[in-house]
Amino acid sequence: MKILTLLSLLATHLSASSVNIEENAGQFFSSGHTNNWAVLVCTSRFWFNYRHVANTLSVYRSVKRLGIPDSHIVLMLADDMACNHRNPKPATVFSHKNMELNVYGDDVEVDYRGYEVTVENFLRVLTGRLPPSTPRSKRLLSDDRSNILIYLTGHGGNGFLKFQDSEEISNVELADAFEQMWQKRRYNELLFIIDTCQGASMYERFYSPNLMALASSQVGEDSLSHQPDLAIGVHLMDRYTFYLLEFLEDIHPSSKANMNDLFKVCPKSQCVSTPGHRTDLFLRDPGSALITDFFGSVRKVEITMETINLTEPIQQVEQNFVNEERQKETYSYVDQLPVSEIIHQKPKQKDWHPPDGFILGLWTLILLVFFKTYGMKHLKHIF
Amino acid sequence: MGLLSDPNRRRALISLLTRLNAPICVVCYMAGVAWFMGLAFEPFTLRTYMSENAMGSTMVEERFPAGERALGTGREFSAHKKKAGGMPVDWLVKTMQSRGLEVFTQRFSRRLPFPDEDKERYMVKGTNVYGILRAPRAPRTEALVLSAPCSPGDDNNQAVGVLLGLAQYFRNQVFWAKDIIFLVNEHDLIGMQAWLEGYHHTNTTGMDWSPLQGRGGSIQAALSLELSSDVVTSLDLVLEGLNGQLPNLDLANLFYAFCQKIGVLCTTQGKLQRNDWDSVSGYSHAVQTMMLMVMKQASGRPWGDHGLFLRYHIEAATIKGINSFRQYKTDATTIGRLLEGMYRKLNNLLERLHQSYFFYLMPSLSHFVSIGYYMPAFGLLALILLLRALDLWIQLATPPTFNLNPPPSQMSSPGVLSVLTPLVISHLTGVALYTLPIHFQEIAVEHFPVSETEAVVLTAIAVYTAGLALPHNTHRGLFVPPFNGWKVLKLVAVLYLAVLLGCTALINFSLGFILALTLVPVAAFVTPDVPKALSAFIMVILSPACTLLFSVFLFQELQEMPVSFLDGWMLYLSVISQGILDHALYGSLVYPLVALLVYPCWLLFWNILFWK
Repeated sequence: MKILTLLSLLATHLSASSVNIEENAGQFFSSGHTNNWAVLVCTSRFWFNYRHVANTLSVYRSVKRLGIPDSHIVLMLADDMACNHRNPKPATVFSHKNMELNVYGDDVEVDYRGYEVTVENFLRVLTGRLPPSTPRSKRLLSDDRSNILIYLTGHGGNGFLKFQDSEEISNVELADAFEQMWQKRRYNELLFIIDTCQGASMYERFYSPNLMALASSQVGEDSLSHQPDLAIGVHLMDRYTFYLLEFLEDIHPSSKANMNDLFKVCPKSQCVSTPGHRTDLFLRDPGSALITDFFGSVRKVEITMETINLTEPIQQVEQNFVNEERQKETYSYVDQLPVSEIIHQKPKQKDWHPPDGFILGLWTLILLVFFKTYGMKHLKHIF
Repeated sequence: MGLLSDPNRRRALISLLTRLNAPICVVCYMAGVAWFMGLAFEPFTLRTYMSENAMGSTMVEERFPAGERALGTGREFSAHKKKAGGMPVDWLVKTMQSRGLEVFTQRFSRRLPFPDEDKERYMVKGTNVYGILRAPRAPRTEALVLSAPCSPGDDNNQAVGVLLGLAQYFRNQVFWAKDIIFLVNEHDLIGMQAWLEGYHHTNTTGMDWSPLQGRGGSIQAALSLELSSDVVTSLDLVLEGLNGQLPNLDLANLFYAFCQKIGVLCTTQGKLQRNDWDSVSGYSHAVQTMMLMVMKQASGRPWGDHGLFLRYHIEAATIKGINSFRQYKTDATTIGRLLEGMYRKLNNLLERLHQSYFFYLMPSLSHFVSIGYYMPAFGLLALILLLRALDLWIQLATPPTFNLNPPPSQMSSPGVLSVLTPLVISHLTGVALYTLPIHFQEIAVEHFPVSETEAVVLTAIAVYTAGLALPHNTHRGLFVPPFNGWKVLKLVAVLYLAVLLGCTALINFSLGFILALTLVPVAAFVTPDVPKALSAFIMVILSPACTLLFSVFLFQELQEMPVSFLDGWMLYLSVISQGILDHALYGSLVYPLVALLVYPCWLLFWNILFWK
């Protein structure tokens, strides 16, 4: 009797664990992404915009700490605060007052610096339309299984973000860029964070799937800066990113914190502005999306002693050919920019011929003039 | 039909204009004066605020520690100054070099057109000493200047001490993005003029100076420090510069912001700020402060060593330490901290100060009136001249009812000549007033027992008074001009005055307004028909020279140092001599303006009064 119960228990346990394994295996691939990228952009220059560079560098620091390597981070800083002549502590950028935390560190790798941070370059990075000479470190080489984190900070307004004091990117442009990325299968899921005044206006126009967006303030509100440092003489961080950094410092690579926790960062009592978020385009439930899905590059490892039967994704296609020769389909790369479809251009001719109508019209004119001058009686000489 | 093209309406408008001309003029004048007085009323002013983004809201914690050592250095400087009997060049060079600056000197010399009795100098020879603190990591493209004058006697020793103390403290910091030039100039304004001319390679005043060996890039801002006591009770900000030019308001805003942060009492025009703007005494206090600024601006002389920087588009101000009888004293360390904070903020500048106003009036240090608010006061006065001109034009256009004059064919040429002659003669008198005093000073000294300065001033007054005798002479030897010829002359004179005052008010509002206050009633109401004796007396009272006399008394009154008539007269004579000297030394334009343009214009009206 006892042996029976034991055996039955063992059997149920085995079956349960095997079901567990299947579940785990299922969960293994539930997030859908296999690699992580980050594009971190600071758009303002000048010494008094120290805090924007510090914002970007603190997100860079967190992202690097959680596992995304420099080769998968595109860092764009519009001005060099660490080596600015006015920096009393050269080669440092601090995020906490009293110089507690130097986010510049000694291994920062800036990909786009100074005047290279322009709207054009930013859009080219996102869409991948870079000249062939661009080095790998300046490219976003993402594929359809990449989760991308995009972080923008600087001065903004209702519907635009200011780049470098001379140009702006609008929310419509940004939404179109993301749609291009979707159509070219350049991301699996994308998290967009923006810390500027009226930041929520920047994600209003998104229409591509799998986008989640967070902003530090609503339309009509200003994002405020956090604390000045009295030795350096500038504001060090913006409030939203300061509390975001605090939140991220608690995240470690195996943390199970999800997006709903991220939405709670910096409530109105701390931020004075109302942070906003947008999840309607995101196909998964935000509660099931982990922070490390975007901020970290987590290699999933599960140790098991069981064999797992993977279902066969590839099916043999029965090919019946009339000919003995197997017709090989030639494959070619999809045109990155299908211009001919867009513009309906005629294919270029080898030589130049005058337009068709022109020759016809010319001969008609000559004939008319001839017959007008010399009369119709010559017609019979022609025909 | 339109208002002006419909002949009926036009005639109605014209008749309205001619009937009501005098009342409208009076109303405009009262409105102009009332507007001006209302500028000091606090609800009509704006609070000052920082406009420049780069000098933004964050404050630095100032850490200058060495106030006492600075005062010690000042005492050393004073001892060496007494020993050298002037500027202790070698000691200054050695001290600046020991503080790590690049030190250079400049020699200059100048012979004044006539001796200056206020400062007792005639042949001026001196040396400027300046040290450049190079920015540790920045290119040498921009600079800031801190200057202190080397004054004879016991003045401004502490200023030089604080300057050297700050130089030492600044040298130890790495965050300077601009070079800082520490300048000690001798013979105050003359030395400053020599230094600025040498720095910018210009020679506008004919001074002799040795070229500068070291340079620091284009100067973004400058502060001049005047401190003559170990402790101060308040700091005074002086803004008025050469020709009434003012620095950008942001510099005053910066000073005020730091005064509030550090807790030092700050004043402008030497008058404290009051909070009771709705009481009569509070309002009159604001009016007095504003009137002091107006008088200082109208005089066209630089009221501190900073005044000469403004011409080169360098924003500059003078900070004076005042020690009066008050309980709360500020020590040198606090003054050093205030200057340190100001320079750190100026260090953050990316471009020249241009965001805030260049034309303004300040009834107190925390309130200002911008050009858009104060110009209508002058506009109302200029309107009177235009109304008068319109009136005269209409009178000239309508044909005369009875014809006593010669036929119209002869009228045009005498008309032009009758206008041209007084014009030419008045301007020649003006030229005489401008050139004679200085040229004939030797002859005057030979014949009269006066010093050169007195000779110059008295010659000027003599030429001025001689001009009053003219109308009786121009008509002799000339044909008799037609009866209505004075109207053409008055039309020309009124328009000339309007243009002149308008241009003056644009550049130096205070000068234009004060001249307008006295000259516009003269211009509006003088005709040959008014009673001659009374109106001659009123015209002399309202002439530029008497305006200056009254201004001198008013200025002394406003500064709460009223003078007796004799002292006032001596002060008046010295003001005239200083005006002539300012023009010769620094290029001040008040004396030529008054002598060559305003005085001839006034003479034209004098001519009209005595028209026969």
